[in-house]
Amino acid sequence: MSFSLRRVGAMVLRYWYLLRSSWARLLELIYWPAVQMVMWGFLQTYLVEHTSLVARAGATFIGAVMLWDILFRGQLGFSISFLEEMWSRNLANLMMSPLRPVEFIAALMIMSIVRLAIGMVPVSFMAIAFFGFNVWGLGLALAAFFANLMLTSWAVGILVSGLVLRNGLGAETFAWSIMFVLLPLSCVYYPVSVLPDWLQLVAWALPPTYVFEGMRALLISQVFRPDLMLQALALNALYFTAAAVAFLALLNSARRQGSLLQTGE
Amino acid sequence: MSPRIHSQAPVAVEQLVKVYKAVTAVDGITFALTPGAMTALLGGNGAGKTTTIASIMGLVMPTSGRVSVLGSDMTRHRYRVLHRMNFESPYVEMPMRLTVRQNLTVFGRLYGVDDLAERIAALAAELDLTDLLDRPAGKLSSGQKTRVSLAKSLLNRPEILLLDEPTASLDPDTADWVRGRLERYRDARGATVLLASHNMSEVERLCDRVIMMKQGRIVDDDTPARLLERYGRRTLEEVFLDVARGRAHLSEAAQ
Repeated sequence: MSFSLRRVGAMVLRYWYLLRSSWARLLELIYWPAVQMVMWGFLQTYLVEHTSLVARAGATFIGAVMLWDILFRGQLGFSISFLEEMWSRNLANLMMSPLRPVEFIAALMIMSIVRLAIGMVPVSFMAIAFFGFNVWGLGLALAAFFANLMLTSWAVGILVSGLVLRNGLGAETFAWSIMFVLLPLSCVYYPVSVLPDWLQLVAWALPPTYVFEGMRALLISQVFRPDLMLQALALNALYFTAAAVAFLALLNSARRQGSLLQTGE
Repeated sequence: MSPRIHSQAPVAVEQLVKVYKAVTAVDGITFALTPGAMTALLGGNGAGKTTTIASIMGLVMPTSGRVSVLGSDMTRHRYRVLHRMNFESPYVEMPMRLTVRQNLTVFGRLYGVDDLAERIAALAAELDLTDLLDRPAGKLSSGQKTRVSLAKSLLNRPEILLLDEPTASLDPDTADWVRGRLERYRDARGATVLLASHNMSEVERLCDRVIMMKQGRIVDDDTPARLLERYGRRTLEEVFLDVARGRAHLSEAAQ
């Protein structure tokens, strides 16, 4: 049996049923991105009135918040769908079914986009209504930013899921916290040039850094930098492959340790 | 048993060893299941039953030895046969927020079941679940959950059915009812069933053969009738206690 879209669809359906069953789960998807966007939006409005630099920087704060949310919530959407299997003690049922790891991962990737869309689409319209910032107006650049950020979020989500698979729910904390390491290093709210030289090397090793630099170039200088997007894509291909290999290694390790049947802490 | 017989058996376990760090959970066991037979795996807690079943499903990778199911090596080629087998255990739950119908739909699609809606309706009628189909799985009693779990395990009409204490925590009436359904399925499908249980009357009623494990090893393997005869006991429970407490005194006639 090879890759089956039917099995991927079955898993997407499983998570869709879950989302549909709880209005609180749906509300949470919109709640945090909306709070973030409104807070940073008003801060930007205040700073624009009082600082000439920020006035020149235009909508970079609110743009950065929204792109950061794509990165952060993309990974969270992936990881939470995976964690749902651990919380419901359903993982063994899935692992002994014909569902292949690559199909499982594909379903989690689709669900991260679904969850992100439920949260971010309404928030993007709120940004237009409250602050006149139209993220959709970025056009093709937005597609390039989105693709690169999602690839990074999936790579991190795959790695975290592998760690939880291997080590149980004790490793759950990675799902909630690991992305915050990227917040200062990938220069979400400031240019890379702010960092000390040695830390800039680290920053340029992270695909989101290219996206946020690209966003600033677009919003401040009105220049789209395809070179930055291609470099981010190359790094993403590398990290995504590494994460997938790590996931399979951690899955095999879990099979050796017998931890697939014991999915508690 | 010869390797040739093993290669033809629906489930063949050969010199299986599983070591977790310093603990040997399974210590070189060999057995093959007979097609269409129901075999019990008996043993006290920590005897190695769950590890054996998990190895047969490919959930646990053997330290050494080999497990093959329907001719496929479960360490390397488990995806060739997983759609032809299934598993039921009260200790592995199904998503609680999903309704019974949603759960069965998801698993039916995972197993590639044709005419799924009809299959779910038929199983629901068979297992007395029709009125529960649109209720969340988490709101069911333990007996109802067991029936749902059983329905999931029968969805794909498995040729190999692995059961881990399928009637644990059920009242005697429901447990008897579940046993009847399992018998009926085995007879109708000709399925090969491996059953881990602590309920000796269940084993006596259902099983053609009993494999007794202790400390990761097989200490006896025979039909229930032959075990009773050889140990000179009236019930399998007495035989189990003899084996578990190391006072195996085979009857003189049998010796």
